[in-house]
Amino acid sequence: MNKRILALTLWFAALPLLNAQAQTAEEKGLQIAQEADVRDTGWKSQSSTMKMILRNAEGRESTRAIRSKTLEVSGDGDKALSIFDTPPDVKGTAFLSYTHVQKADEQWLYLPALKRVKRISSNNKSGPFMGSEFAYEDISSQEVGKYTYKWLRDEKIENRDCFVVERVPTYKHSGYTRLITWMDKQTYRPLKIDFYDRKNELMKTLTQHEFKQYLDKYWRPSRMEMKNHVTNKSTTLLWENFQFGINLSDKDFDRNALKRIR
Amino acid sequence: MFRPILISLLLLFPLTALSDGRWSGNVETQFRYFQHPGLYAEQQQSYASIAVEPQYTQQWDNGKYSFGFTPFVRYDRHDEERSHADVRELTWLGVYADWELRVGIRKVFWGVTESQHLVDVINQTDFLENPDGEDKLGQPMINASFVSDLGIVDVYVLTGFRQRTFAAKDGRPRTPVVVDTSGSTYESSQEDRHVDYAVRWHHSVDVWDIGLSQFYGTNREPTLTPGLNPQGEPVLIPHYALMSQTGMDVQATMDNWLLKLEWISRDSTNRRHTALTGGFEYTFVGILESAVDVGVISEYLFDDRGDAAVFNNHLMVGSRIAFNDAQSTDLLAGVILDLDNKGRMFSLEGSRRLGDSWKLNLEARVFSGLDVRSLLYPWRDDDFLQLSLGWFF
Repeated sequence: MNKRILALTLWFAALPLLNAQAQTAEEKGLQIAQEADVRDTGWKSQSSTMKMILRNAEGRESTRAIRSKTLEVSGDGDKALSIFDTPPDVKGTAFLSYTHVQKADEQWLYLPALKRVKRISSNNKSGPFMGSEFAYEDISSQEVGKYTYKWLRDEKIENRDCFVVERVPTYKHSGYTRLITWMDKQTYRPLKIDFYDRKNELMKTLTQHEFKQYLDKYWRPSRMEMKNHVTNKSTTLLWENFQFGINLSDKDFDRNALKRIR
Repeated sequence: MFRPILISLLLLFPLTALSDGRWSGNVETQFRYFQHPGLYAEQQQSYASIAVEPQYTQQWDNGKYSFGFTPFVRYDRHDEERSHADVRELTWLGVYADWELRVGIRKVFWGVTESQHLVDVINQTDFLENPDGEDKLGQPMINASFVSDLGIVDVYVLTGFRQRTFAAKDGRPRTPVVVDTSGSTYESSQEDRHVDYAVRWHHSVDVWDIGLSQFYGTNREPTLTPGLNPQGEPVLIPHYALMSQTGMDVQATMDNWLLKLEWISRDSTNRRHTALTGGFEYTFVGILESAVDVGVISEYLFDDRGDAAVFNNHLMVGSRIAFNDAQSTDLLAGVILDLDNKGRMFSLEGSRRLGDSWKLNLEARVFSGLDVRSLLYPWRDDDFLQLSLGWFF
């Protein structure tokens, strides 16, 4: 083969690579986030049950059981309804949220003893969810537009090749300066997230385990471990009974639905 | 009230035995200590009671239809009237394409403010449970709820009237002359069988939550007139007039601010009056880098009837502290000031979960400098501390 042709072929073959080199770390970070979002789009609705195990620094445990339903909203954040089954004194309490990319989230709380629906402020994003190590912002819908991104490096953890991406929250009232995510290159599922507090110190680490694939497409972890490095407290979330493509619509996420639950 | 509970339980028993419904609920022991001896001879300084509130729920067809039953019983060692029972809920609910039907005995809450609940008029107040008026008696009704993009419209047909509960001779707090509810009179010739109607539209748009309501029927708030009971003893006899009330409740939720307003115009006993409650709640989230939220609440309470209303030109200032810990510890402290004199009502409410199934509640009320003309004047020596421990299942 003609050496010149070979050189040309190689040069052309290398073009996309060179192109990738020209991409900034920010662009690559955003691209990874967009790809992860695309891969997790189209599930329409899902429901699941969750067991939350809270552990204090001495290792003493307490548990909560929560049922949740989520409705995918295209072009905006999701709608979610959570119902608390235990501890028994909060049984029947329900939490409804409409997440938004641009404006503040809308949230309502239903208090069964008073039969009262209360609109609550969504500025408690950094606050603990049910006294756990998960903040409201950790469990609410993760929309691409809520962060700016930067790809840092590629790294292998737990024998999986990962992108390491830094995210900076753009929404108000976040408790974090940045989040560092280890995203599985093959499946685009986040395996580990480091959370840095307002003083930019490492505050918490989340690891996600025992992923299962649903509808041949959507990956969900069966277990999440959140460790707080400052307080030494930790929280485990155990997810079960994932159901996708169930018949849910807006009317399962209105204020009547909040009261309906028993 | 004991008999309907018994009948319901008997009817329910075969149902629960056959189905997959769930029981839950709580048992509570309560201790109340009054700082001063009572103004009336029969009253005690300490009261002990026990209350049981089980709840049975069942769903069919993925929650399309559901049923709920919540009886309530309290036994008080000293106050014979406070030993009482009620069906808080006995409801069947059906969910259809864009509406819901709820039939039976229920509790409905309307409104947004914290210091008092003006627009909330569906259920009768159970004053025996707590002088703050937050506890309600179950109300029989048929309620259809229509959902659209323009909000939710609830239509209520209220079948059957519940009388307000009042403390007996040995109870606290109470009126100087006890109320005898057996001789109550009514404006309507149908008396307590008058069917009441109500409609409420409520909607949520952006930061706004708005409600407009109209009620026509028997006024839940009786006027008390001195009279004699069949034994010839002086008592207060409740008279329940008819009323027509228009109400509005609005909340704006903006960042750390909640702005709240409730307004009513009520036509009853040939007189129309206006009352409102308006104010704010501001929350400092995660103070001093902790998980603790501290809220500051203030509301102005107005009623154009003046001294004929409990709160007529009053200001509430308070604070809500949520520790956001695993035990869900929280505290609500406040004072309602009479802006026309030195009257002050202090209140403190706190609660904390113990283990997984127990809950400790603390409540304290202090009345100070109450004016002779205030409707609360008879409660001037009724400062109390209440401790209750509940077991939940």
